[in-house]
Amino acid sequence: MSLTAHIVTIYGNMVTVKVEGAVRQNAVAYCNRSDGVKLMSEIIRIRGDLVDMQVFEITRGLKVGDTVEITDELLSVELGPGLLGKIYDGLQNPLPELAEKIGLFLKPGNYLKSLDRDKKWQFTPIAKPGDKVCASERLGKVPEGIFDHFIMAPFDLKGEWTVKRIVEKGEYVVSDQIAEIEQDGQIKTLNMINRWPVRIPLGVYAERLLPTQPLITKQRIIDTFFPIMRGGSYCIPGPFGSGKTVLQQITSRHAEVDIVIIAACGERAGEVVETLREFPHLPDPRTGKTLMERTIIICNTSSMPVAARESSVYTAVTLGEYYRQNGQDVLMLADSTSRWAQALREMSGRLEEIPGEEAFPAYLESSIARFYERGGIVRLNDGRISSLTIGGAVSPAGGNFEEPVTQGTLKVVGAFLGLSYARSYARRFPAIDPLDSWSKYSGIIDQEKVSWAHSFLKKGRSIFEMMQVVGEEGTSTEDFVTYLKAELLDAVYLQQNSFDDIDAACPVERQKYLFDMVSKILSHKFMIDDKEKARDLFFTLTEHFRNWNYSAWASKEMKDVEEKIKACFV
Amino acid sequence: MRKYYTRIKQIAGNVITLKASDVGYEELAIVEGAWGKSLGQVIRLSNDEVVLQVFSGTRGVSTSDRVSFLGSSMRFSFSQNLFGRIFSGGGEPRDKRSSLTENLIEVGGPAVNPAIRLMPNSMISTNIPMIDVFNTLVEGQKLPIFSIPGEPYNELLARIALQAEADVIILGGMGLKYDEYLYFKNRLEEGGAMSRSIMFIHTASDPVVECLLTPDIALTVAENFAVSGKKVLVLLTDMTNFSNAMKEIAITMEQIPSNRGYPGDLYTQLASRYEKAVVFENGGSVTLMAVTTMPGDDVTHPVPDNTGYITEGQFYLKGGWIDPFGSLSRLKQAVNGKTRDDHRAIMDGCIQLYSKCRESREKRAMGFEMSPWDIKLLKYGEAFEEKIMKLSVNISLFGALDLCWKILANFFEPRETGIRSALCEKYWQKI
Repeated sequence: MSLTAHIVTIYGNMVTVKVEGAVRQNAVAYCNRSDGVKLMSEIIRIRGDLVDMQVFEITRGLKVGDTVEITDELLSVELGPGLLGKIYDGLQNPLPELAEKIGLFLKPGNYLKSLDRDKKWQFTPIAKPGDKVCASERLGKVPEGIFDHFIMAPFDLKGEWTVKRIVEKGEYVVSDQIAEIEQDGQIKTLNMINRWPVRIPLGVYAERLLPTQPLITKQRIIDTFFPIMRGGSYCIPGPFGSGKTVLQQITSRHAEVDIVIIAACGERAGEVVETLREFPHLPDPRTGKTLMERTIIICNTSSMPVAARESSVYTAVTLGEYYRQNGQDVLMLADSTSRWAQALREMSGRLEEIPGEEAFPAYLESSIARFYERGGIVRLNDGRISSLTIGGAVSPAGGNFEEPVTQGTLKVVGAFLGLSYARSYARRFPAIDPLDSWSKYSGIIDQEKVSWAHSFLKKGRSIFEMMQVVGEEGTSTEDFVTYLKAELLDAVYLQQNSFDDIDAACPVERQKYLFDMVSKILSHKFMIDDKEKARDLFFTLTEHFRNWNYSAWASKEMKDVEEKIKACFV
Repeated sequence: MRKYYTRIKQIAGNVITLKASDVGYEELAIVEGAWGKSLGQVIRLSNDEVVLQVFSGTRGVSTSDRVSFLGSSMRFSFSQNLFGRIFSGGGEPRDKRSSLTENLIEVGGPAVNPAIRLMPNSMISTNIPMIDVFNTLVEGQKLPIFSIPGEPYNELLARIALQAEADVIILGGMGLKYDEYLYFKNRLEEGGAMSRSIMFIHTASDPVVECLLTPDIALTVAENFAVSGKKVLVLLTDMTNFSNAMKEIAITMEQIPSNRGYPGDLYTQLASRYEKAVVFENGGSVTLMAVTTMPGDDVTHPVPDNTGYITEGQFYLKGGWIDPFGSLSRLKQAVNGKTRDDHRAIMDGCIQLYSKCRESREKRAMGFEMSPWDIKLLKYGEAFEEKIMKLSVNISLFGALDLCWKILANFFEPRETGIRSALCEKYWQKI
C-alpha cells in the first residue's frame, strides 16, 4: 500500500508534506525530485494532514509541489547470511558495492540490496515437515565464516505454525524459497531473509540474565580495574584527543567475543578507513581467520547526511540483536553517541520543539536509555546463552562531563571509563583516569586485592598533590616511597603500549601473574632513607617491568628480567 | 524565458522573503536593484514563500527589486586556467582579470564514499621539528592550527605552504584583514609558488554571506583537482570567522541556538568541510590545514571544541611555539614507524621528560628546594625549548632526531629517559 502526497515546506533535511489518508509514524517515504531521483525519508511527526519527514539525503533541488510516495513499511534492515564482513551506511546500503556502481561520490537516491542476492549458501535443513515452529525457531543452517548461521522463522510470528515443506540440503541464494509454514489455513513462504524495523528491539528469548562473565579486552586497566561484562554496557567519555577511538579500535581487535559491530556514527571517515583497510589483514587470534570475517561496520561519517546518522546506531544494534538471536556473543561499539545525540538535536530544532538543556530535546535521556537497554545477556528459547554488549564513546563538549549526553549515559551503563586530558598530555595510555572511572562489575582478579591496589593510586595522588604544596623536602620518605609505588603501578600496569606486539594484548593469565609481581612491590617495606636512592631504585624497577611487558610469555628473556626485578628488592 | 519577481515581502539581516513558484531548494537567484546585482541562495521553502540569503547583503535592497532564479545551485568554473588567479569569497575575480565560465562544476556536492578512501600514509615534511618529529603531518590529513589572536599563525601557514610538497596550493581566506591578504600574496609570489596557487579571499570588509561560500568553493576546486590525480594542499584561515558568519545567518533565521549562540548543526557544518580531506587511489589527495583562532585562549569555546572532534589532531600555537602538550597529529602513527626506529621512542621520551620539567618549574615557582633530579629536568627543558621547540628552527627530521639524542645525553643517564634499553644502546654513544 502506498500513498501519494505533495511537498509544502523544505527546510534543511526536513520536508513537510500534505497527505490525505492514513499514515504510520516512522514509515518510509520517497521524495520524487523533478529529475527522477527518489530520496528516502522517514515520517517523524504527524499533525493533522501535515506530515513532517526527515530526508536521509541532501534535499538540494527538491521543490514545493513535488510528489512523495509514502509506504506502509517502517524503516527496516535485512537480516540473513552474508552480513559479516560488510561495510554498510546508516541505511544498510553496502558502501563498496555502491562505489562500484556510482563511483567516488555518494550521489543521492542510490539504494542497493543489503544482502548479496547472487552468493550461494550451503543450506542444511533442521526442521522437518510437520514440525511445529514459533518465532525465531531454527529451520535450517548455513555456514558463515566459522559460525553456523541459523535460518530462523520470522521474529514476528504469532503462535505455533506447522512446517509444510522445507527444501533439501543444497546450495541456495538468500532469496530462494526454503520453507513453507502454515497456521489455520494461512500459508507463508519463507526465504533466508528476515526483515526487522530498526527502532523496535528484536528479542525472542526465554529470559534476560544478569551479566556475570567478564568480557576480556586484554587491556589491563579495563580487565583488572574497570571490568566490563558480556551483555553489560559501558561508556567511554573523553575530550577530543584523549584516545577514545583508539581505545575502541584496540577493544574491537582484542575483545574475546564472536562478532564485533562497529557503528561509526558521525565521526571521521579516516578512522573507518583505518578499520576497513586493516581488519582484512589482521588475524583473529581466536580463529586464525581475519578480523574482518567477524566484523560488521556501519559507517555514517560526519559528512554524510545527518538523518541517516540518527538511524545508523539503530541499524547497528538491530544487527547485533540478530546475531545474539543466532547464539553468538556480540560486541557493539558506537562511536560516538554524542554525534547521534546531535543529530537528534538538529531534527528537534527543525521541528521547533521546546528545547531542553543545551538545546537537546527533552527526550534525549530516555532515548539514550532505550538504546543501551537493547544490549544484554539472554537465554534463548532453546537454552543457549548469548549476549550483546554495548560500548558507547561519548564526546562531551569542552571535555565537560556535566553535559546532558554524558550524564544521560552514566545513569544507564555498568561501567564508566572516563578519559582525561591530563593523562593523554602526559602520554599515559590508555588515558583512562583511574580515579574518576568506575565499574559496577567484578573482573578477573579478586575484588579486595584490586581495591587494595587501587588505594595506592589514591594515596599516590594525594601525596603528589601535597608535594605540590609542601615540596619534596617537606614530604616524609615513607610517603615519598608510597608515591613512587603508585607511579610504578601506573607505569607498568595501567599503561599499555598498543604499538608493541606483545604488550598490546595482555591475556588474563599474564595479567594475574603481573598483578602478583607488582603487588609484591606494593606491599614490600623498602628500607631506604634517601629520596634520590628511592627514585633511582624505582626508575630501575620501572625499566625492568617495562622490558618484562615487552618480552614474550614464558620466554627466557622474561625469566631473566624477573630475576633482575627480584634482585632489586630482596 | 526567465521569470522575474518584484515583490519582496520581508528583509531582515542578510535574508529576504518573497513569493515565487517552481523554485528548487538551494537554487541560486539574482537580486537586481538600484544598488546593483547580487547572487542569493534559497535556504527555506514554505508553500509559495521563498527565503533567500543574499550574498552581498541586503543593504539598499528595495521591496520592489527584481529577483530571478537561475534553475541550479551554486556552480564554479574548473580548469587549468585557475592557476595564479585570485577570487573573492563568492568566486568573482579579485585580480581584475576576466571571469571564468567554462566547465562549471557543482559547489558543495555529495560526500566521498568512505569505502573508496585510502589510508593516508606518506609524510609531508616541513622541516619544523615540532611537526616532523613530534606531530608529523600526513598527506590527506585535516589539521587545524588553534591559536590565540596575535600569534604568528598566518606566518606558520605560509611557511608550511612553501615548504610542503604539493601540486596545487589553494588558499581560502575568511574575514582576512587586507594586509594579511597582501602578506599571503607576496609570500606566495616571492616563494615562486603563485603559478601553482589559487586564492579565494574574503576580507573583513566583504559581505558576510560570501564568507560562508569561501571554503565551499575552495574545497570543491581542491576535490576536483584531487580526483584528477593532483596532490592538493588547502589552507583555510580563519574558521572562527566562518563559524561566526554561520551564527549570524542562523540567528536571523530564528534557529534555536545550542551553545553560545552557535547553531545546533555547527559540528555537521564544520565536518562537511573538513571531511573533504581525502586520499584517492589514483594518488590524488586533499590535505587541509585551517586556522581556528580561540577567543580568549579558550579551547572549550564551541568552534575549537567542535573542530577538535572533527579533525585528525591539532597544532596549538601558544607563546610563539607549537605547544607539545595540546598538539597532536593523530595520523602520525601511520608514518613515524617507518622513518627511523628511534622516532617514536624519541617522540614519547622527550615529551614525557619535558612534561616533568614543567612540574619542576611549578615547584620552583612556588619556592621549593630543587632536588638534583629537578635541576637536571630544568636544564633539559631550557635546551629542548631553545634547540627544538622554537618556530625558527629549520632542520630535517633525521637531523632533529640526532639533536634530541644529543640533548638527552647531555643531561641524563639512559635509564632515566624511560626509553627502551635496546634503542639507548644503539644511539646513546654514537651521537
